[in-house]
Amino acid sequence: MIDWFKYSSPKTFYPIAGKAIPWFAAIATVLAVAGMYVGFFMAPTDAQQGEGYRIIFLHVPVSWMSMFIYVIMAFWAAIGLIFNSRLSGMMASALAPTGAIFTFLSLWTGALWGKPMWGIWWVWDARLTSELILLFLYLGFMALQSAIDDVRRADKAGAVLALVGVVNIPVIYFSVQWWNTLHQGASVSLTRAPSMATIMLVGMLLMALAAWMYTAAISLMRVRCLILEREHHAAWIHELKEIKQ
Amino acid sequence: MNDSLGLYACCRIAQRDLKLAMRRKSDAATPLLFFVIVATLFPLGIGTEADTLRTIAPGVLWVAALLATMLSLPKLFEDDYADGTLEQLALSSAPLSAFVVGKIAAHWLLTGLPVAVLAPLLALQFHLPSSSLLVLSATLMIGTPVLGLIGAIGASLTLGIRGGGILLALLVLPLYVPVLIFGTGAVDAAAAGLGATANLSLLGAMLVIGFFFAPWAITAALRIALE
Repeated sequence: MIDWFKYSSPKTFYPIAGKAIPWFAAIATVLAVAGMYVGFFMAPTDAQQGEGYRIIFLHVPVSWMSMFIYVIMAFWAAIGLIFNSRLSGMMASALAPTGAIFTFLSLWTGALWGKPMWGIWWVWDARLTSELILLFLYLGFMALQSAIDDVRRADKAGAVLALVGVVNIPVIYFSVQWWNTLHQGASVSLTRAPSMATIMLVGMLLMALAAWMYTAAISLMRVRCLILEREHHAAWIHELKEIKQ
Repeated sequence: MNDSLGLYACCRIAQRDLKLAMRRKSDAATPLLFFVIVATLFPLGIGTEADTLRTIAPGVLWVAALLATMLSLPKLFEDDYADGTLEQLALSSAPLSAFVVGKIAAHWLLTGLPVAVLAPLLALQFHLPSSSLLVLSATLMIGTPVLGLIGAIGASLTLGIRGGGILLALLVLPLYVPVLIFGTGAVDAAAAGLGATANLSLLGAMLVIGFFFAPWAITAALRIALE
């Protein structure tokens, strides 16, 4: 039986996170290089969309991650509310900026793809609109947290907001099925064979994994900063090598 | 007295809020005036062509109703929070969620219901066909309580925070989008002769889900604010 609560203490978590970051960052770099190589040099040109389709190697991974990070953030928020653990709130706060960036990138790359393919930068389609709402939810979460000076209250208030906003995630995910929209349906699914060439799928999955590892690395870095900021009064912080210097 | 469900508490707090609002009638009327003025600005800004106005009417009236509800939200808990009443309510034996529901009901009677009644009159200025008027009123009747429930989550989260009002808008408006879409969708569908039942049912479903889950989130946020 692993004592999870031991790892939820900032003091134990801080060095572990520090050791894990280089690994996550290295894996992210390797996967991103491999994914981009597959995407740009190995994947064939699409019969209908030409070279322009290659943006999916960025668009699909960042869109997946934008939703996934929100769910993880809501998960940590819920854990924080239930167990009243400090680290969970910090995890949620650390994930929010990355999630917001991925959501923004998803909208941006989608617009870049939409202009040549649909002829327009933006449509008020269900998936695009709900993704835009997701961006607002991330921004609202960060704005709420930064408006509250007491960090414990900021964590809890943010947690409630994150949990309320989680209703948006299934709406985004299923919007292409529920409404007959301009945005195409999913090409990748767990239950049936993907409706795309295997090499394209490999490139996309590599990039998705790279985005995942990048998220892990960058949010752990942010958590470490948050720990240093919030626990600056604790004795163990002053024992750290990087602080003593 | 046995009031484990808090029905008595819910009714009493609603009565109290209504009585307080009646003592300060101009405060209660401000959101309604705002609603009327905002709706009036659109024909002046966009142009008075009947066809254009008819197309934009559901959207404009809904957005105006939404903003009017939102503007009145900070008031919902603020006064009680400032004078300590909220703390007493949280300490009382009746469930806090009962008080919350009562306060939201009073808030709806003071803003949502008058807006739903006023909207058809304003819609006449927008040349909306008379068949759509009833649908518009019905969507607002079902939709404004959802706005109140969602808005109360934002109001309780931003309680006593600097810049609370504008932050409240940032938190609540994205969550209002589905209500807005189905509310205006119902009126548009009715105008196109498709029947508004599907959209109205979805609004009703949102109301039920909101009524079930929102008090839970609101009480959690209130307890955080009171800590």
